Amino acid sequence: MSGGKSWFLRGLRNGVPIMLGYLAVSFALGITARNAGLNWLQAGLASLLNNASAGEYAGFKVIGERSGLVEAAVMTLIANARYLLMSCAFSQKLAQSTSLSKRLLLGFTVTDEIFGCSMAVDGFLEPAYPYGMFAIATAGWTSGTILGVIVGNALPPRLISALSVGLFGMFLAVIIPKARQSRTVLVLVALSMALSWACSVLPGISSLSSGMRVIILTVLLSAGAAVIRPVRGDTDEP
Amino acid sequence: MNHNIYLYILVMAAVTFTIRALPLTLIRKPIKNRFLRSFLFYVPYVTLAVMTFPDILHATGSVWSGLLALLAGIALAWSGQSLFVVAVASCLTVFISEFFF
Repeated sequence: MSGGKSWFLRGLRNGVPIMLGYLAVSFALGITARNAGLNWLQAGLASLLNNASAGEYAGFKVIGERSGLVEAAVMTLIANARYLLMSCAFSQKLAQSTSLSKRLLLGFTVTDEIFGCSMAVDGFLEPAYPYGMFAIATAGWTSGTILGVIVGNALPPRLISALSVGLFGMFLAVIIPKARQSRTVLVLVALSMALSWACSVLPGISSLSSGMRVIILTVLLSAGAAVIRPVRGDTDEP
Repeated sequence: MNHNIYLYILVMAAVTFTIRALPLTLIRKPIKNRFLRSFLFYVPYVTLAVMTFPDILHATGSVWSGLLALLAGIALAWSGQSLFVVAVASCLTVFISEFFF
């Protein structure tokens, strides 16, 4: 048990920089939530339960448009689909004896950053480590979102305008490094942006909700890329 | 349809948790199907790219400040800056450029 305790403390310590990053980014998410009509309690609850920037952003867009619950579910699924991959990799990092309850609790901790830090550990992962990181990181994520909703109201429009691109900056920080490494991802990202723009102006398609356009484009383009450039062997790279 | 917002939040949380917890609890071996693996590999990049553009152009006070933030974000992410730096620099780009546009 003492091993678990020291891993938890280590997680708390390593979670501090993650928390600071989350605080800034989730502030922008709070502004998005406010624009979608959520109050601070609703936005804070969404962040505490989801801890997912792209997924929450997509969900808030659906709420803002008051589209159906099914669309909210599908949008969340699409925007968070990468966690399915991470969770698969995560499962390989656990000792076979890790209990079901620990595995379920670990399910809450799969975010890009905590996943990255957890996979960097040598050997099997002690679940207390991601628990520690998660405990402090989600505090930053949730309070940042709440602050975004509350203070976002009082901030001058120019400042809100500046902060609302923070999330897009974060999205770019996820996709661009991989696009630099892989020509396939680079072409795919460029094509995605071009088609996304085209779909937003073309008659007919542009009348669909933005959430539905994201779903259609994601499925078509990812399936196309998977057929044309399947990932190689066990590297999971195209 | 005007559902209760808490219902939306519950649906989002349930879906997100299921995605994260299912592979951890059920799948103990890596996915073998090559198409499925490839598809899952590409999904995050396409989704985030589609959500970023053209939305970033309309998130700010002017299309031009949004465009500059996009270019700055791409340049910094390309040069290997951290998530935090890229996010803050995008905000600063908009804040500064809106003095001019």
